[in-house]
Amino acid sequence: MPSAEKTILEVQDLSIAYPISIGVVRAVEGVSFTLDDGEALGLVGESGCGKSTLGLSILKLQRPPGRVTEGKIMYRGTDILGMSERALLKMRGQSISMIFQNPLTSLNPLFTIERHFLETIHFHDSSVPREKALAAVEKMLETLGIERKRLKEYPHQLSGGMRQRIMIGLALIMNPDILIADEPTTSLDVIVEAGFTDLLLSLRRIYKLSIILITHNLGLVAEIADRIAVMYAGSIMEIAPTEEIFARPLHPYTQGLINCVPNILVDQKELVTMPGSPPDLVDPPIGCRFAPRCPHVMAVCREGAPALLEHAPGHSAACWLYAKSTREKRVNAVEG
Amino acid sequence: MRWFGRSRRKYRTEWWIMIAGVLIIVLILTMTVFPHVFARFDPNDQDAGGQMTAPSAAHIMGTDNLSRDVWARVVYGARTILGVAIAAALLSAIIGIPLGLLSGFAGGMFDRILSLIMDSVYSFPGLILAIAFAAMLGPGVINITLAVAVVYIPTYFRLVRGQTLSIKEEVYVEAARAIGARRGTILSRYVFPNVIATVVVVLSLNIADAIMTEAALSYIGLGLPAGIPDWGMDLSMGKKFLPSGVWWMITFPGLMIMLLALGFTMLGEGLAEILNPRLLER
Repeated sequence: MPSAEKTILEVQDLSIAYPISIGVVRAVEGVSFTLDDGEALGLVGESGCGKSTLGLSILKLQRPPGRVTEGKIMYRGTDILGMSERALLKMRGQSISMIFQNPLTSLNPLFTIERHFLETIHFHDSSVPREKALAAVEKMLETLGIERKRLKEYPHQLSGGMRQRIMIGLALIMNPDILIADEPTTSLDVIVEAGFTDLLLSLRRIYKLSIILITHNLGLVAEIADRIAVMYAGSIMEIAPTEEIFARPLHPYTQGLINCVPNILVDQKELVTMPGSPPDLVDPPIGCRFAPRCPHVMAVCREGAPALLEHAPGHSAACWLYAKSTREKRVNAVEG
Repeated sequence: MRWFGRSRRKYRTEWWIMIAGVLIIVLILTMTVFPHVFARFDPNDQDAGGQMTAPSAAHIMGTDNLSRDVWARVVYGARTILGVAIAAALLSAIIGIPLGLLSGFAGGMFDRILSLIMDSVYSFPGLILAIAFAAMLGPGVINITLAVAVVYIPTYFRLVRGQTLSIKEEVYVEAARAIGARRGTILSRYVFPNVIATVVVVLSLNIADAIMTEAALSYIGLGLPAGIPDWGMDLSMGKKFLPSGVWWMITFPGLMIMLLALGFTMLGEGLAEILNPRLLER
């Protein structure tokens, strides 16, 4: 487990619900994880599993009518959910920033790139003189690999990849500790995605960033993340170091996800798919939420939800398949 | 801007419609600024030459029942109708736009109550509402402006509220919030400028509508005190003498009302085609 001083962000038992006309959507249910200083955590799962909701809630920006029903989000020892509006404004951009999946519409169509940067700096400190701000912006552009003349251009004059680079520049201009990237490469083609991945890695080094990368792209997380958390239907199913999770996936859902990635080295006639679809979050199945799709389902799976337990150092999974062995280990530990 | 050059080629018709509209408006606007250049007679001069004489070289639009020059009344009357229509449309925009912005952005109970009020005003036929207000306020230039303005406040409110609702869901708004933008900043720098383009179109169309409403109010005698030359009032006067063959008293002010409303409608329609990005996609 990460030591307390190194932990920069700790999500504790977080639940988020959306009350809608036909009931309550439990978008996020009992999620806990930690993020170390300088660490990159991948948050992986299918569409609609609560990844984005979780990301937005860290900035306390979950879309209405969503609200946190339980849990805490501790950033350097302060609960974000209890912060005043003033403190939140200061935190967003200066401590934690977020970029989104749609670079084409992430910029105000009426602002030039320069104005985007200056406005962002002035959100946080309106007393910064223009020259000083511009100097910072130019330095940032250099890091991003964007020419200075682009400053006077409008978003529609830039390509999608360039706009996404501007977005990440805006997110980092105030030098935050944590960057939450919500599917940052989804609408980019593979070449641009590769360039963006390199940029993210170098920015991480330069700014000593901690990153939460939300994606369903296993290739991207494998490249960037130190640890991966697999989410399913609003809960974390498995969390482990990247190499470990690809080498020894414990949870049947993780195994299914990894199997779905086509492998060029193996002669495959058909794409592997996972049968079924994610459960209805208004009325989720009793017990493990993955049980209806699980190839290893047992009677106990339909009775109660398994807890997220550590089965190997740094490797936790929420699955009844392994519960017994851990219990034995615990018993052994007590006896020993 | 890129669309400028492209749309000139692709949307030639819209450009011509707009230019024609602008020409009409500019012509009539010039008349209001320099009326004495256009008309030799005073609009209230009851000695301009003979009662109800037909159009001739001396009086190109003839004279009315009080021996006043119809052309002079048309020229000076433009000032009244244009002033009232523009002032009313601007006034309703000034009230309607901020209310729509706040209502759409804040949401909740505030939005519901305000929407209910605006919708109930909107559900009245515009002219009936204007008549009611004009009757309540009494005659006078300011009162008629207020009566016309009330009719159009919901138009701006509904338009701006709808646009605000959709723009506040845009990714760039969420992205700006995620890097620390205040709600006030979002409203003034991100939502408002993106809403205003559609308002320009509606403003022009509204002026056209307000012209008709003003004319209608003064036609039925709820508008202005006597002594102020006004097309609507001349229209109702001319109506009385139409059966006796005096066609010029009603025809010329009527044509002018039509022309002026047409000018603003063409400007508005042209602008709508040119500014609306969704139409540009065709």
